[in-house]
Amino acid sequence: MAEPILRAVNLSKRFGGLTAVNDVSLELHVGQVHALIGPNGAGKSTLTNLLSGDLKPSAGHIHYAGVDLAGMSAERISHLGLGRSYQKTNIFLAFSVFENCRLAAQSRRQRAWRIFRKASRFEDVNARARAALEAVGLASRRDAIAAALSHGEQRQLEIAMCLATEPQVLLLDEPLAGMGPQESGTIVELIRSLTAAHAIMLIEHDMDAVFAVAHRLTVMVNGEVLASGTPSEVRANEVVQQAYLGEEHGAGDV
Amino acid sequence: MDFYSFLIQLLNGVQYGLLLFLVASGLTLVFGIMGIINLAHGSFYMVGAYLAFSLAGLTGNLFTALPLGIGVSVLLGFALEWLFYRHLYARDHLYQVLMTYGLILVFEELRSIIWGDDVHGVAVPDLLSASLPLTDNLSYPVYRLAMSGVCLLIAGGLYGLIKKTRLGMMIRAGSSNREMAEALGVNIKRVYTVVFALGVALAAFAGMIAAPVSSVYPNMGAQVLIICFVVVVIGGIGSVWGALLAAILIGLTDTFGKVLLPDYAGMSTYILMALVLLWRPEGLFKR
Amino acid sequence: MKSKTSVLLLIVLLLFALFPFVGEKFYVQLVAKVMIMAIFAMSLDLLVGYSGLVSLGHAAFFGLAGYVLARLAPQYEAASLWTSLPLALAACAAFALLTGLLVLRTSGVYFIMVTLAFAQMLFFVFHDTPLGGGSDGIYLYAKPELMLGGTSLLNLEDHRVFYWFVLGLVAAVYLLLQRLLDANFGRALIGIKSNEHRMRALGYDTFRYKLGIYMLSGMLAGLAGYLAAMQYGFVNPDILGWHTSGSVLVMVILGGMGTLHGAALGAFVFILLQEVLSNQAWFGPVAKHWQLAMGLFIIAVALFLPRGLAGLSGQRKLREETHG
Repeated sequence: MAEPILRAVNLSKRFGGLTAVNDVSLELHVGQVHALIGPNGAGKSTLTNLLSGDLKPSAGHIHYAGVDLAGMSAERISHLGLGRSYQKTNIFLAFSVFENCRLAAQSRRQRAWRIFRKASRFEDVNARARAALEAVGLASRRDAIAAALSHGEQRQLEIAMCLATEPQVLLLDEPLAGMGPQESGTIVELIRSLTAAHAIMLIEHDMDAVFAVAHRLTVMVNGEVLASGTPSEVRANEVVQQAYLGEEHGAGDV
Repeated sequence: MDFYSFLIQLLNGVQYGLLLFLVASGLTLVFGIMGIINLAHGSFYMVGAYLAFSLAGLTGNLFTALPLGIGVSVLLGFALEWLFYRHLYARDHLYQVLMTYGLILVFEELRSIIWGDDVHGVAVPDLLSASLPLTDNLSYPVYRLAMSGVCLLIAGGLYGLIKKTRLGMMIRAGSSNREMAEALGVNIKRVYTVVFALGVALAAFAGMIAAPVSSVYPNMGAQVLIICFVVVVIGGIGSVWGALLAAILIGLTDTFGKVLLPDYAGMSTYILMALVLLWRPEGLFKR
Repeated sequence: MKSKTSVLLLIVLLLFALFPFVGEKFYVQLVAKVMIMAIFAMSLDLLVGYSGLVSLGHAAFFGLAGYVLARLAPQYEAASLWTSLPLALAACAAFALLTGLLVLRTSGVYFIMVTLAFAQMLFFVFHDTPLGGGSDGIYLYAKPELMLGGTSLLNLEDHRVFYWFVLGLVAAVYLLLQRLLDANFGRALIGIKSNEHRMRALGYDTFRYKLGIYMLSGMLAGLAGYLAAMQYGFVNPDILGWHTSGSVLVMVILGGMGTLHGAALGAFVFILLQEVLSNQAWFGPVAKHWQLAMGLFIIAVALFLPRGLAGLSGQRKLREETHG
């Protein structure tokens, strides 16, 4: 297999006495979706926060593009090509849909000069924002105020903002949460279409979606990796069956 | 500096620090528990000093003035909380700053109308007017020692109040988790009122006992307020223990600064704050 | 809509430009003072209204620039505007950089307290040390001169010329800021104000943006302080004091934060109110205690007008819209 683009090694995060992430290692490859599943509180979001720089790891390394991201600021990690979406929608509610994306796209163009040029006149930025909105299926809502969007649409915008920064690695934290079937379908298709050129880490509770797109699966419980492998390997894993999949999908619809 | 001069400055520094603690503890409690930044807190200190001046004049003795003054300031605290502060709990800090700034102007003008703009002195009570001789020509006033003692007693009382009593439990519950406190049936509104009045009384009491030493003059609250902000920043907001240590640190810095570098002493405390900000922007004792 | 605002602004500018032809000297000077304070208020609005940074120490820059001018001026002669103004602004930028690196490490209520404390530190620098001339301050016997090759370009001692000079600067500052806020930098600032965490995740080095606006804001406050020192003819520690910081904050909130013309309007109303309330001809001995009325007014604004005076029309508009 080709070299991984991102390699997390023995990552741990402790909050006081609580260990939220314990000695987790994980690899992401371009062209693959690596799904992270596990019950609530398993440490999936904390792991995402460690990778994105929102939190600093207590121990471990994150090798990416020849550097160690561990302890680096979120903004530097973003510029190195890691983009993330948030589990809890984290958008600029007062701004228009387009301005949300435009601001995301603008972050890639921070030249100090031309400080008096109108922000809306940078065509490359506008184009990237438009493309991101089209990709998630929100182009028709570009002038709406973000606060006025439906919950599902806000989730779509969340992903569009991540895309507008043109990352190479996408960390998607429960992108489908709260979406209707049609919106979910759009996003699953979007993830498929992005896979070829990106490395994607997907946290998701919707097992149908996970098994539809994932190339690899990691199961986390209590901050630790319970199992990791291809979808069929993980599905066949008895420990996983009992600990996690069994509970939710015991009826056998997996 | 010989030993006795050093001792005198040390005692002065600690005394000043303990006095600052009385004012700063109210500031930090009111912020920590209600989330209110109260610029008018220095005005309560000033009100206390002027109360001491008037009441000591009326009754002829600071000792009788003190309980009366505390009563007045507690009532003032209840009234202010009811009239003004309770409308600002859920509001942005900006509006708290705005309203309490307006209150400062009101307090200063009321002070000017009631007491005028002159500087007044308050007599040290006879009982404490003696000085302890240290050497042939150096002595230390008993009153300042008594001030420090009283401040320490109050600090201990505050500690006991917060750690041991039901009110203290409510205070701690309110400061860490408002919803949970309400769910447990704590009347958070009443806690807020009581804590606020306590803060006012502490600041006013500090003003009263400081009056014989510092005299009583216009705008005396502003100076104390800003120094108390520095205390709170250094100590970590909401931490009474941090406020105590930071206040003594500031008291010593300021006192020794004035002796060693008189022209630059005004800046010394702020430079200390800058250093703390460099090292620990959340304060030394942030929980 | 856009061109309507421009036309309106041009009319306002024209009216202000014509005022010295009809107004008495006292009023021309009063309006010049209002315009200087408008620059000061706009500079603070950059922090409070656009970046969410509530500074209670903005007087530091205002006073610092004034003191730089006073120290640079020869005792009984005029300083050169060409050198003293850039140096005053540079001093403000340096102070903003130095303190900004510290205060911007904090946020929220800490920021409020720390900015106040650093301003107070500067107060003591000019109050206590030989730099400042004590509590009496320093007199400026002549306004700085704008010379070019031996001839004076503007006679700033003339109250009308000074007025137009200030008017030109207000207009220039307004236009400059309007452009800046509409450009990438301004958009990013507003994003930081509304959700700094998200901006960082999008790759914005938010600290640098905040430091940038803090320095620009400090320099513009310095411009206002320079002009104020020029107008009054003296500087004293009060201009660095926290009542100056408090007043300008009141102006910004009064006008409704987050719009430049709101800040200017706030300055206008505040100064006017101050003049009216302290007018002895109208209020007699009560005028001495004008701050009482001002304080009550400020409390009322804080309690009842969360969006300032600009919010008054906004609320009416909202009501009209909702009721068709």
